[in-house]
Amino acid sequence: MARRTPLNEAHRRLGGRMVDFAGWDMPVQYTSVIGEHEAVRTAVGLFDVSHMGEIEFSGPGALETANKLITNDLSKCADGQAVYAGLLNEQGGFVDDVVAYRFSPERILVVVNASNKDKDFAWMQARAEGVKPVDRSDDYAQIAVQGPKAVALVKRMTPADLSNVGTYRFTEGPVAGVQCIISRTGYTGEDGFELYCAPGDAEKLWEALLKEGQQDGVKPCGLGARDSLRTEMKYALYGNDIDDTHTALEAGLGWICKLDKAGGFIGREALAKQKAEGVKRKLVGFELTGAGIPRHGYPILKDGQRVGEVTSGTMGPSLKKSIGIGYVPAELAAEGSTFEVEIRGRAVPAVVVKTPFWKKS
Amino acid sequence: MANYPSDLKYTKDHEWVRVNGNTAVVGITDHAQMQLGDVVYVELPKVGDTFEASDPFGSIESVKAVSEAFAPLSGKVTKVNEEMDSSPELVNEEPYGDGWLIELELSNSKELDGLLSASQYEEYLKEEGSE
Repeated sequence: MARRTPLNEAHRRLGGRMVDFAGWDMPVQYTSVIGEHEAVRTAVGLFDVSHMGEIEFSGPGALETANKLITNDLSKCADGQAVYAGLLNEQGGFVDDVVAYRFSPERILVVVNASNKDKDFAWMQARAEGVKPVDRSDDYAQIAVQGPKAVALVKRMTPADLSNVGTYRFTEGPVAGVQCIISRTGYTGEDGFELYCAPGDAEKLWEALLKEGQQDGVKPCGLGARDSLRTEMKYALYGNDIDDTHTALEAGLGWICKLDKAGGFIGREALAKQKAEGVKRKLVGFELTGAGIPRHGYPILKDGQRVGEVTSGTMGPSLKKSIGIGYVPAELAAEGSTFEVEIRGRAVPAVVVKTPFWKKS
Repeated sequence: MANYPSDLKYTKDHEWVRVNGNTAVVGITDHAQMQLGDVVYVELPKVGDTFEASDPFGSIESVKAVSEAFAPLSGKVTKVNEEMDSSPELVNEEPYGDGWLIELELSNSKELDGLLSASQYEEYLKEEGSE
């Protein structure tokens, strides 16, 4: 029996097509993936992301404890700042990718993928030195409000001062009378907020956002649009583009791994060694120059030999192009490099392009 | 609500067939296009290719996923819908009209007996619990 977020009934009333995602009953779309995608690129979209997990470190030593588990450096953050980070295994591969929120040195909240939550929590429990992690996932619902009209929409609905809440900053305050963590983060490439609230308040907040957002052309958006939006940005999806067998350097996420930070982190030595020896395969973004759509798992070929694999691909609704992400040997990773993607027995030409694929005009 | 014209025949793989003498035009049903969502790419065979009934003859892709289309009947491809290259969304917009996929010259007209009528197809969807 799939788990349900507090917005499950709301999704069904809106005609959401429900699918199982990581053990959760979630809407993949309401009306059309392309229509929902476009709403986020041109107006504003709402996503229920309450299935995400939240793990808290609280008390003296919380920052130091969490900071040794994640690759980014919370000690360099201000209170009210968040960072994108990895949890890595000893080989430098991903246990998960997360966003860590620094409320204070004594309160850190790590937001993890739904599919990995139980694994992450057990992993943290086994490795945390200092304060104990607490699984707070059942205490938070989360609604992402994303799009060029998202910031103004949320501002109209809160007395909180958001003028200093820049990218990857957050504050706390009421939105539509619902107490929220108001975080300037997202997974779409558009401006906006992610709002964390108590599960019992989620429906009130969702309905208020839909109502107030009507004048902006707000649409509820499903996981389908979430995936096409993030793919156009080459944002990694755990289980597709990053996993426990590809290192953070191979994934192009060296920038979230602070090799020199005090105290280090799990996986640091493997990354330092790989950095010194050279990274032999890299995650690249490519466009198909022939007909077809690359999909997760399709082989990447060079001169007829299998040299890599597609990790994500779609027809980019904003780009109107067939795009993909995949691991290739380092010598094929430069912009302009060419290779083929095997699609149902055909070798379809592709070229490495600059990412993100989508750039705001 | 989905729509299933009574002058067409249907398969459990969610294709429809419009029989005209010894040829049949093939497409996917309203139910199938709704399940797929926005169609963004359609891969069709070449004129002259031959298929046995139930063989995959092409692929229909939405933003998220690939689905195969299966030949409802055995035969040789006599036409393919060239519009699919530039306007795959026709599958969503007019699944029984401009969103057709291929035309087959039938090699075994007895197979027609195995197809479903509109009411049988709707009954099948109910049993599947998918309508």
